[in-house]
Amino acid sequence: MRTLNKLAQGALAATLGLAFSVGAMAADITGAGATFPYAVYTKWAEAYQQATGNKVNYQGIGSSGGVKQIKAKTVDFGGSDAPVKEADLDAAGLVQVPTVMGAVTVVYNLPGFKSGEIKLDGLTAADIFGGKITKWNDPAIAGLNPGKSLPNTAITISHRSDGSGTTYAFTNYLAKQSMNFKRDVGAGNTVNWPMNAVGGKGNPGVAANVQKIAGAIGYVDIADAMKNNMSFVALKNKAGSYIVPNQKAVADAASGADFKVKGMAPDLLDQTHKNAWPITTATYMLAYEKGSDATKQKAVVDFFTWSLNNGQKMAEDLGFVALPPNVVKMVEAEMKKIK
Amino acid sequence: MSEPSESAGIDLHARQVAKFRLQDKFFHYSTQLFALVVLASLLGILVSLAIEAWPSLKAFGPDFLWTNVWSVPDDEYGALAAIYGTVVTSVLALLIGVPISFGIALFLTETCPLWLRRPLGTAIELLAGIPSIVYGIWGLFVFAPLFAEYFQPPLQNLLGEVPVIGSWFSGPPIGIGILTASLVLSMMIIPFIASVMRDVFETVPHVLKESAYGIGCTTWEVVRNIVLPYTRVGVIGGIMLGLGRALGETMAVTFVIGNANRIIPSLFAPGTSIASTLANEFGEADPGLHIASLFALGLVLFVITFIVLAISRWLISRSMGSEGL
Repeated sequence: MRTLNKLAQGALAATLGLAFSVGAMAADITGAGATFPYAVYTKWAEAYQQATGNKVNYQGIGSSGGVKQIKAKTVDFGGSDAPVKEADLDAAGLVQVPTVMGAVTVVYNLPGFKSGEIKLDGLTAADIFGGKITKWNDPAIAGLNPGKSLPNTAITISHRSDGSGTTYAFTNYLAKQSMNFKRDVGAGNTVNWPMNAVGGKGNPGVAANVQKIAGAIGYVDIADAMKNNMSFVALKNKAGSYIVPNQKAVADAASGADFKVKGMAPDLLDQTHKNAWPITTATYMLAYEKGSDATKQKAVVDFFTWSLNNGQKMAEDLGFVALPPNVVKMVEAEMKKIK
Repeated sequence: MSEPSESAGIDLHARQVAKFRLQDKFFHYSTQLFALVVLASLLGILVSLAIEAWPSLKAFGPDFLWTNVWSVPDDEYGALAAIYGTVVTSVLALLIGVPISFGIALFLTETCPLWLRRPLGTAIELLAGIPSIVYGIWGLFVFAPLFAEYFQPPLQNLLGEVPVIGSWFSGPPIGIGILTASLVLSMMIIPFIASVMRDVFETVPHVLKESAYGIGCTTWEVVRNIVLPYTRVGVIGGIMLGLGRALGETMAVTFVIGNANRIIPSLFAPGTSIASTLANEFGEADPGLHIASLFALGLVLFVITFIVLAISRWLISRSMGSEGL
C-alpha cells in the first residue's frame, strides 16, 4: 500500500512537473494534416528544437483532416496537399503558403526492363491508367518504344486505396491529358479505377504491389520510389523531352511557375520548362491571418521561416524538393500576414 | 432477566439485516447500471451511425444496399460491392477455417498424446493473440507472392477450362484478391474457433465417452454421436465468434484484398469489404455524401453482424429445444 502511495505521489509530481515545463514553453505549436510532408516536417521540427528549444508537433492525419482541424482551430497550423481555393481562404481568414515540393512518379515492374527503359507520353499513360490499354505490347506503347520487344504481359494498375493527395495530383495530370480519363476515372483523392487495378494502402502499399506483381504499373511519390529503388517510366513533358524523374527535374518545373497568385498555389503540372518533370506537386501550410494567440502565431511563422532557410538539405535527403530561393522570399513576405 | 438482552439481540439482528438489505440493493442497482451502460452505448452507436448516415440514406434510399456503384468523383454510392466482398471473404474463410479448427480441437481433446497437449494448446492461443496488422503484412509480403507463383497458375491450368468453376479462378495471377483475403482471414479465425471448440469438447463428461468406447465405438463414432451432440451449442457459438471476427476484420483484409470498389466475378480478382473501405477512405473523405455513405456502410456492417448474431441465437435455441436440454 505504501509503495502504491509513493508511486501515486511520484506520478502526480511527474505530471505536475510536465505541466509546468509545458507552461514554461508557451511557444510549443501543433500542426496536423497531409501525410505527404510528414517526414520532412518531423525532421525540421527535430532540428528546429535542437537549434531553438521550441517544440513543433505535426500529426499526419490527411489533407482534408488538416483543413478541417485548422478551420476548427484545434491546431496552430494545418497541412494540405490540395491547395484550398482562394474564396475559401478568404471566407475562413486563412493564409496559405507552399512549404516543400515533391513529385509523383510512374513506376513499373516488367521483367527484363530497367529503370527509364520504358517511355510513355501523357495520353498513353492516361489510356493505361484508364484501362483502355491492357497489354504491355499494345501498339501505342510499342510506338513510343521502337526497337524494344515488349512482352504480351497483362498490365496491372497499382493505385492508392486510401484517399490521397498523391492520387489527387496524378489523376489531375492524367485528366489534363485525356478527356476519356477525366470522364471514366475522374480526378480527385479517390477515383474510379478500371477493372485491372489493385489498391494498396499508402505509398509503401502501392510500391509493394508494383514490386510483387509482374506487369504492374503504378504511381508513388518520388521519395518512396527512390527509397524502394523502383524502375521509373520516362515520361514525355510538355516541351517534348522524355524525363526520368529526379529532384533537379522537379526544381526545374517549379522555376517556370508563377507563385504570385493568391494562396500561392499555381498549377505545377505539365510545366513548359525543357527539363521539367510533368507531375510536380507542392504541399501547403495553412494558418490563421488573425489568430487568438499571438505567441503561437509567431511561433508558426518562426518555425517555417527557419525551416525554409535551413532545412533544404534535410528535405532533399528525404526525397523532397526545396522551394527555389525566389519562392522562399515570397513565402516569407506572405507569412508576414500571419499575426 | 434474559428478555431485554434477547430483544436487544433481535434488534441488533434486525438492524444488521436492514444493513445487508441496503448493501444488496446498492449492489443490485450499481451492477444494473453497469449493464445498462452497455445497452445505452449500443443504442448510442446505432443512433449516431444513423444520424451521420442520414444524408446518404435519404439520397439513395434502400437502393444503397444493392447498387453496384462506388464513385467518389460522381458522388454516387452503393454498398453492393463492399457487402459482396465482406460476405464472400467471411463465408470462404469459414468454409476453410471450420473443418481445420474442428480437426485441431478433436486432435487436442481425443487423440493427442498428453505431453503435446499443453504446448500445442498454448501455440493456438498465441496465434489468436497476434495483432491483425501482422497477419496483413505477412499476407502482403510473404503469402501473396508465394500464392501468385506457386498456387494461382497451377490452379488456373487445372481448372481454367472447366465451365463455371474456371471463371472463379480467371484473371491475372497477382497474388492479392478475394481468395487471398479469405485465406488470411481463415488463418486468423482458426485459433479462435479451435480454442472454443477444444474448451467445449473438454466439457463432455468422461463417463459418457468411456461408456461409448466401452461398447466398442470408434473415435469417430464417439465424436459423431456423443461429443458433437453434447457440445452443439458451444460449437455454433465458436463458429459465430469466428464469423464475427471475419466480418469486421479491417487491417489484414485491407492489405490483401486489393481494394477495388467493384464486383469482379473471380476469386483471384481484387475486391473490397465494408471494413476495408472504411479504413481506406475515412481519412480523406469529403464532407457531404461521401462521408455519409461511409457511415451508412458502417450501419450496414452493424446490421449484418446483428443478423449473424440473431441467427446464431436462433440456431442455439433451436438445437437446445430439440435436445430437450
